[in-house]
Amino acid sequence: MMLRAAAVIVLMLGAAPALAQTATQTPTQSPVSTVNPGEDGERVQIGLSTDRVTITSDFSGADLTIFGAVDGVDPQVSRLGGYDVVVVLEGPASPVTVWRRKRVLGVWINAQSLSFIGVPLSYSVATTRVFQDITDPAGYRRLSLGAANIHLEPQDRDSDPATIQEFTAALRERKLAIGLYTENIGGVQFLSQTLFRATLNLPADVPVGTHKARAFLFKNGEFVMETSSQLAIVKAGFEQRVYNYAHRYSFYYGIFAVALAMLTGWLGRLVFRRD
Amino acid sequence: MGIYLPIAEMSVNVFVLLAMGAAVGFLSGMFGVGGGFLITPLLIFYNIPPAIAVATGANQVIASSFSGALAHLKRGTVDIKLGLVLLVGGVFGSTLGAAVFAFLRAFGQLDLVISLLYVAFLGIIGGLMLVESVNAIRQSRAGAPPPLRRPGQHNWIHRLPLKMRFRTSKLFVSVIPVLGLGAAIGFLAAVMGVGGGFIMVPAMIYLLKVPTNVVIGTSLFQIMFVTAYTTIVQASFNQTVDIVLAFLLMVGGVAGAQYGARIGQKLRGDQLRALLAALVLAVALRLAFDLFVAPGSVYELAGPGGK
Repeated sequence: MMLRAAAVIVLMLGAAPALAQTATQTPTQSPVSTVNPGEDGERVQIGLSTDRVTITSDFSGADLTIFGAVDGVDPQVSRLGGYDVVVVLEGPASPVTVWRRKRVLGVWINAQSLSFIGVPLSYSVATTRVFQDITDPAGYRRLSLGAANIHLEPQDRDSDPATIQEFTAALRERKLAIGLYTENIGGVQFLSQTLFRATLNLPADVPVGTHKARAFLFKNGEFVMETSSQLAIVKAGFEQRVYNYAHRYSFYYGIFAVALAMLTGWLGRLVFRRD
Repeated sequence: MGIYLPIAEMSVNVFVLLAMGAAVGFLSGMFGVGGGFLITPLLIFYNIPPAIAVATGANQVIASSFSGALAHLKRGTVDIKLGLVLLVGGVFGSTLGAAVFAFLRAFGQLDLVISLLYVAFLGIIGGLMLVESVNAIRQSRAGAPPPLRRPGQHNWIHRLPLKMRFRTSKLFVSVIPVLGLGAAIGFLAAVMGVGGGFIMVPAMIYLLKVPTNVVIGTSLFQIMFVTAYTTIVQASFNQTVDIVLAFLLMVGGVAGAQYGARIGQKLRGDQLRALLAALVLAVALRLAFDLFVAPGSVYELAGPGGK
């Protein structure tokens, strides 16, 4: 399935960068650490033709295409390939517990755990080039950009630092291993000097909720600015209704499940009866 | 063809689930068991989160036990009074089981306990059945008559107080072991997602001395209620019943059960029991393998909702 967020080439219409806010920044008036946000600087915009992706009953993962544009491009820098874009689709945040298994009497049991708060359930990133060619590691850390740099906060900050480090690394490693955190190097392509296309991967078990699409613009290794846009991933009508009933009217849902089972058993007997 | 499960929140193959339901239904029809003890491990092998596999397994067992209980009610081979007393115990056991389930899930030990319980119960029951059936096959080959059971014989259970008369079963027995057995089965239904027939049937025959002709019907009758109660409790407290998953399994199950029953009538009892024992042991070994063999990663993630 290809979800094509058709080209919304955003022409510069005044102070658009106000959209760009990240969770990690302090809530001051100018939250975007833009190097050169003035009138003569470059601006990046992304557009989604839809703000809603529906998971239907045959959903088995999808590619999400996001189009964007860089305005105020310096043609000389562009010719030398000086512009880089990193596009991120970050899933809704939720608490996660990481367990470490240990062998006790030959059996592997969950022995030690550390809980994290506000962990993005999914994190998909696409870049124009390999990470080290875009900017330096310190730059990524400052922006919390890339699966290796997502800010992960333990619930209990007083835990042993070595333990926190170990479990933080394990959390990233597991998320990458099960395909909820993905990196698509070369997934962002410039179609012209100003227009680019990013292809992001939505796994089959993509979490439902509000996802945040963010684009980061780099010029000659320097971060210029970022912009963001929201995308809601929802279950299709039937799946969502079942889920809602199961959570809101859980008692009646249980009664219904029993009634359905009895009906199936009874019909099965009518159809295949032997006595 | 893929289908998205609304509660498990994952995409699965419809035909795999229908086939799984049909295969287990076939076996359950053939051996006269509910099949919950096979469905739940199979779902876990298919990467359904164990919490959802257990609760949905209980839901699926309702269909097969209801269908079976109807047949027995018609033939009059159900001791309704005994079934109801077992059910009172079952409701207590199931409520306790669902609470323990939620508690274990909160402490990250649910998957382990489910696997351990399966390995222990399936291993013991499968082992005992295998020994018994192989002995029976040997004896019948040697030409010896099958040993007669003497239902009149009493054991310590029949000396307990609070006796009650069960006319259909021609029993006069204390309600304590009946309630206790019901509670134990209810507990297992909630924690393991099984009907418990594979424990209930031998316990009724050997401990309570219930006549064989009413054992299956009474067991199915009470399993139907205990699994229905368990489903409602799990749905209310844990929201782990996936109705789409359960329905696919049931449809495959009721169809498979009818064909299984026809094959089952053609095989001899001891051979049938030996086959079932081998199957039960195979499932136990497969689960034990995952417990004892080093996992791919020693780390595991758990979010809210047991996933």
